[in-house]
Amino acid sequence: MKKFMFVNRKAPYGTIYALESLEVVLIAATFDQDVSLVFVDDGVYELVKGQNSKAIGIKNFSPTYRALEGYDVEKLYVERESLESRGLTEKDLLVAVEVLTSAEMAALMAEQDVVLSF
Amino acid sequence: MLHIVNKSHEQTSALQSCLRLAQPGSALLLIEDAVYAATAWGAATSGVVQAVHSLKVYALQPDLEARGVSGRLIDGVATVDYAGFVDLVTEHNTCQSWL
Repeated sequence: MKKFMFVNRKAPYGTIYALESLEVVLIAATFDQDVSLVFVDDGVYELVKGQNSKAIGIKNFSPTYRALEGYDVEKLYVERESLESRGLTEKDLLVAVEVLTSAEMAALMAEQDVVLSF
Repeated sequence: MLHIVNKSHEQTSALQSCLRLAQPGSALLLIEDAVYAATAWGAATSGVVQAVHSLKVYALQPDLEARGVSGRLIDGVATVDYAGFVDLVTEHNTCQSWL
């Protein structure tokens, strides 16, 4: 088993990255890998509560983050600095995450076998 | 002149360049990922708090709703729907999209 990390740095909907990342996460989980998702920079916006994309005609994929647990993907990490620079708190997020400092995040990244960036 | 920005100010310099080069009295429409710039979460770093004093600033409501931020719009920014977007385009002689 390899340690896979998915680094999410983009807001949802404006680009396809956030959705594509989720697709690949689910594939990796199917192959029983050790999967971590991290959210930094605008990636933290992927987890914001209350998304309703009906009027822009794009599927609201945010509930999928809550379903990841069912695929044994339980390691979700958010960088504290990215939250704080936007004035967000964990209460604004739709799923339970572990908040890490940049230094802790860097250490976690260094442990991985594969890092995929979105 | 209507200026249109569609990228997050945290990802590209489009909004920053637009705010530097837009003349006072111009209109600025924020769409797609640029709408974060007009929210309490993005305003601290986007420059929109200052821009509302010299520009007419709009944000696209469907894009705010999609991202779960429609309740966090800062003061001085008006929202428009798609029909309002079209009205803004027709009301201005020129449009500049900051890609």
